[in-house]
Amino acid sequence: MHNHFELFGLTPAFSLEKDLLEKAYRDIQSKVHPDRFAHAGDAERRASLQWTTRVNEAFQILKNPVARAKHLLELHGVDVAFETNTAMPPEFLMQQMELREALEEATEKKNSQSLDRLRSDLRREEAVLEKQIADAIDGRKDYQGAAGLVRKLMFLDRLDEEIDLAYEATD
Amino acid sequence: MALLQISEPGQSPAPHEQRLAVGIDLGTTNSLVATVRNGSATVLPDALGRPLLPSIVRYLPGGKVEVGYPAQARQADDPKNTIVSVKRFMGRGLRDVAHVEAAPYDFVDAPGMVQIRTLAGVKSPVEISAEILKVLRERAELSLGGNLSGAVITVPAYFDDAQRQATKDAGKLAGLNVLRLLNEPTAAAIAYGLDNAAEGIYAVYDLGGGTFDLSILKLSKGVFEVVATSGDSMLGGDDFDQRLFCWVVEEAKLPPLGPRDMRLLQVKSREAKEALTFHSESSINARLSSGEFVDLAIDTETFCRITQTLVHKTLGPMRKALRDAGLTPDEVKGVVMVGGATRMPQIQRAVAEFFRRDPLNNLDPDKVVAVGAAMQADVLAGNKPQGEDWLLLDVIPLSLGIETMGGLTEKIIPRNSTIPAARAQEFTTFKDGQTGMSFHVVQGERELVSDCRSLARFELKGIPPMVAGAARVRVTFQVDADGLLSVGSKETTSGVEASVTVKPSYGLADADIERMLRDSFQHAKEDVHTRALAEQRVEGQRLLEATRSALQADKNLLSADEAAAIEKAMAGLESLLSAKDHRAIKRAADALNHATEDFAARRMDEGVRRALAGRKIGSL
Repeated sequence: MHNHFELFGLTPAFSLEKDLLEKAYRDIQSKVHPDRFAHAGDAERRASLQWTTRVNEAFQILKNPVARAKHLLELHGVDVAFETNTAMPPEFLMQQMELREALEEATEKKNSQSLDRLRSDLRREEAVLEKQIADAIDGRKDYQGAAGLVRKLMFLDRLDEEIDLAYEATD
Repeated sequence: MALLQISEPGQSPAPHEQRLAVGIDLGTTNSLVATVRNGSATVLPDALGRPLLPSIVRYLPGGKVEVGYPAQARQADDPKNTIVSVKRFMGRGLRDVAHVEAAPYDFVDAPGMVQIRTLAGVKSPVEISAEILKVLRERAELSLGGNLSGAVITVPAYFDDAQRQATKDAGKLAGLNVLRLLNEPTAAAIAYGLDNAAEGIYAVYDLGGGTFDLSILKLSKGVFEVVATSGDSMLGGDDFDQRLFCWVVEEAKLPPLGPRDMRLLQVKSREAKEALTFHSESSINARLSSGEFVDLAIDTETFCRITQTLVHKTLGPMRKALRDAGLTPDEVKGVVMVGGATRMPQIQRAVAEFFRRDPLNNLDPDKVVAVGAAMQADVLAGNKPQGEDWLLLDVIPLSLGIETMGGLTEKIIPRNSTIPAARAQEFTTFKDGQTGMSFHVVQGERELVSDCRSLARFELKGIPPMVAGAARVRVTFQVDADGLLSVGSKETTSGVEASVTVKPSYGLADADIERMLRDSFQHAKEDVHTRALAEQRVEGQRLLEATRSALQADKNLLSADEAAAIEKAMAGLESLLSAKDHRAIKRAADALNHATEDFAARRMDEGVRRALAGRKIGSL
């Protein structure tokens, strides 16, 4: 599989210098983007499309904490297995259920202030988890332990998407 | 006197002359063409000095077609053959078109895209739009004194795949080499950003005649990055006219109207709307065919009241785009206003209130899109030296997906993904021994397929019989830089493949375009062969030029044999360019393209290597 960090000349790590990533992304794009080859022949246009597509995909993965963590763990041979491994600690599941209930209530009442609150709570929790994932992957090299944390982060991600839908319903 | 310039050894300046490239704003109400001359972008006016071309096409007996002001002048007399706001029908079925009952046309509900019966025959929106584009192409060629090398055509950011493909087809039909479809708010951001050296987060609020877009961009030196886009491709200035028209019908207690009276009152409503931008009161006077005289006065307050829901409808997409971008209104440094409809004071107020800042109105909202498109065309044509050009990173507005069991949508490429983008997803069989799978490609945000736009259906056949769930069918979506989708599918254990450019199910097959081209030549001076020959020659020249400059820059990436093979293919093409056989030129061009495949890939790799040079490459 591709190592997306290598593509951008970055050291594989969960904590990432966003500026470096962005700069490398733009530097590569400015060489390969289809706009540079609008007047070129088919062969060059095709090569440009393939490169740009790959660079965009890699950039999306590295920008997103869940995708970045999954990619890192895969590079270390650990499958996050979100689809099959759904066993989560009971207190985490309890907390998730409470959050979802709060979301349902806010959606029903079309209350965008409660949605705002819910979202900022969620952001805080995400930040805590991301810190823990960085410690596990970059610090302790505990990839199995990190996989459990990434699964939690994915739960929060889904909730985040549902909050988006709830906002749309209140618009 | 300017000093003579000499280039760095080994880095030759662009060996070609400036290519003639234009930007075209193909609008619902008005269309424009602009170009960059002597470094600055200008809109090209018609012979009478008028910059706008009303997007109105009238079909007359004897194959004559009127476009623009002459058609506009006769629209109330000949409403069935005079098509206004054709952009609303691009890539749309009859069911998708708003206010069908108020449009005085003979619609034909063709599969995929609605068509209109005129005295010149049944016309598709693509053909009608091509008439507008042809006039703009001729205007530009006359004004620039040569054939156009390419054009950038703008589309609303919120246009779906079907609408984009229809626009590109119209460009081809009009004889344009479409360099790129560019999103209208992005074009405006280029024009605004370059003019004002803007840096930071900007929003573009684009309310045109028939569409609404809201894009959020990150502007930094040399990069225009679209972060999120949202909108409503069925909301525009037209709807304000329509609301006013309904108000007139109600106030004057008019019986159901014929096409002529309907068009007359629609025109009067539009004029009254425009007057209300500058005056607190306006009047609507018209004599109907029954002899009845309509005489009504309307003030701004009433107009604001009856259009309040329309203004409100633009707020939802604004909030959505900000959420998608993860931003609050305070983080937006400026709001660029685009589209004639943003002149309405109630729109200005609503935007100012939402972003808590005065919107930016220092560019002409009618021209800014065409100007930005011209600037981008100049870059795409290769007229700007490296270092002076910029990078444009745009997104797809609506998620793309596949229908799964139970009429649900599985999203494959989410909205606001930077393009070009590709994504693959695996599917499997439902029954034992199943040998075929049919796929339904959809675009939209809703969970249910029935709420999304259907783009294409295709089948993968010949899967070897296996138990249910054993087959591995990989479906790949590829979106190119124009935002256009192609889909491929492959059963990975057996290697059976099927692919489809998501086009024929709603739009025009290549054969349709060919037929339309032939039809259009029946009334033109040139013939199909001459045109094809001219196009192949231009294409061949361009390919030779591109290959020559590639060799000049990177010949060291090739072995002597490889270089010789490419040069041989070049000579082959060159020798045929003056001949009269367009098919032979095409074959030679294809051969040259084939011969340069490896070279192109190596050049691209080399480009990336250079971009990252000096950086340490990370490892595990």
